[in-house]
Amino acid sequence: MSVIMDKIQQKEKMTDLMSRFVSLVSYKLPDDVENKLKELSEEEDNKLAKIIYKTMFENQKLAYELKRPSCQDTGVLQFFVKCGQNFPLIGQLDSILKDSVYKSTQETPLRHNSVETFDEYNTGTNVGDGSPSIFWEIAEDSDKVEIYTYMAGGGCTLPGVATVLMPGEGYEGVVKFVLDRMTSYGINACPPLLVGVGVGTSVETAAMNSKKALMRPVGSRNENENAAKMEKLLEDGINAIGLGPQGLKGSKSVMGVNVVNTARHPSTIGVAVNTGCWSHRRGKITFDSNLNYEISTHEGVTL
Amino acid sequence: MSKKVLTTPIKDEDLKDIRIGDIIYLTGTLVTCRDVAHRRLIEEKIPLPVDLKGKAIFHAGPIVRDLGNEEYEIISIGPTTSMRMEKFEKEFIEETGVKLIVGKGGMGKNTEEGCKNHKALHLVFPAGNAVFAATKVEQISEVHWKDLGMPESLWVCEVNEFGPLIVSIDTEGNNIFEENKVEFNKRKEEQYQLISEQVRFIK
Repeated sequence: MSVIMDKIQQKEKMTDLMSRFVSLVSYKLPDDVENKLKELSEEEDNKLAKIIYKTMFENQKLAYELKRPSCQDTGVLQFFVKCGQNFPLIGQLDSILKDSVYKSTQETPLRHNSVETFDEYNTGTNVGDGSPSIFWEIAEDSDKVEIYTYMAGGGCTLPGVATVLMPGEGYEGVVKFVLDRMTSYGINACPPLLVGVGVGTSVETAAMNSKKALMRPVGSRNENENAAKMEKLLEDGINAIGLGPQGLKGSKSVMGVNVVNTARHPSTIGVAVNTGCWSHRRGKITFDSNLNYEISTHEGVTL
Repeated sequence: MSKKVLTTPIKDEDLKDIRIGDIIYLTGTLVTCRDVAHRRLIEEKIPLPVDLKGKAIFHAGPIVRDLGNEEYEIISIGPTTSMRMEKFEKEFIEETGVKLIVGKGGMGKNTEEGCKNHKALHLVFPAGNAVFAATKVEQISEVHWKDLGMPESLWVCEVNEFGPLIVSIDTEGNNIFEENKVEFNKRKEEQYQLISEQVRFIK
């Protein structure tokens, strides 16, 4: 009996902490993004671009002071979970995450962004069938859970794009696919962007890799030497296009390009591009089996 | 340079010297109006419950707190991608007499024509700055079409020096994003040539 009670209490505790974490992510950008935006604004010499950066910093300051979502589009919450096989709430985690989104939506408040398809009505609760999105990985012999929370809207990361190239097109084809996306969709996706590129065997694996790429810190590099080389080449190349903040021209275009790759079938090169906007509301929280937590993306913050 | 502030109701002559790349601010009535509201007016032929003549619309879906008794508080408000409204916007300008269309990113040929023929502007509010924008909204005076949910309802906002608003299409039909795109695409081709030679990993 006491074990059951414990589980209910633990579930409530974790829901409450996750709800507060989701709220935090809505009004405070992670440290790597804040630092990079500052760096980009200092390098900028275009007059219009400088005005836009100034507005951005004022906005982030106000959002933090007022504890309000810094961007009105609080997206569809996406959670990337790496759960230890022995984490005590492994079976409850899906419902904890869904409940935490509902709770944070009431308390922050977040926007109601869940529309049931075909019946076409907004649920008014910001949760729905299959929403929030929860992506799972299981870690062997661990009793911890790592959770990436990502909140971004319908104008940047949700409309990602994926295709499958023929090997004859080579990585040159990957470069073309990424660059074409930058000068079409990327302009409107709220640059300076964090560009996630996924390379794999199919549309699904490439798409998932491209989203995982957005969870990696700004300025980090792929462990594979060739992939890291392509990250740098793409970053410099897209910057040379000079999209500037809001696509209204400037000296740079991106906060960075992150590539995540997995093996491919000999006949295919799957590639996907995910454009993370400047307001890259990403957070990582890790819980141990006693629900002690650690937030690695926002230094010095407690819930 | 003095701050250029437009006040609703806006007349044709107020806009004639304003060109793409200029920055203006808005005082007066700004109504949120996005995907389904455009579709209702243009395709479903349902009349808008707000008179937009001489006023401004905002391609935006805000976060609003319901205070009860038909009173509301704007928490965060910012633009959504304007291009989604491109297929409706020319007719929308014709039918409503709206003068300013505020949103995010560029719009296309239809909106250029609408802005030129009916003397209107498309403007960009720097997106993602939704708390900053909310502090420029003095009150929500009305709300309509609440059946569409919080993001899609028509929130009638009274704003004070709302901006910076960057002119992306002017009354001559010039389009800053289309002009920039020519340059962006040229540079992209140069970069593609440079990079593709260095990523021939399949040998």
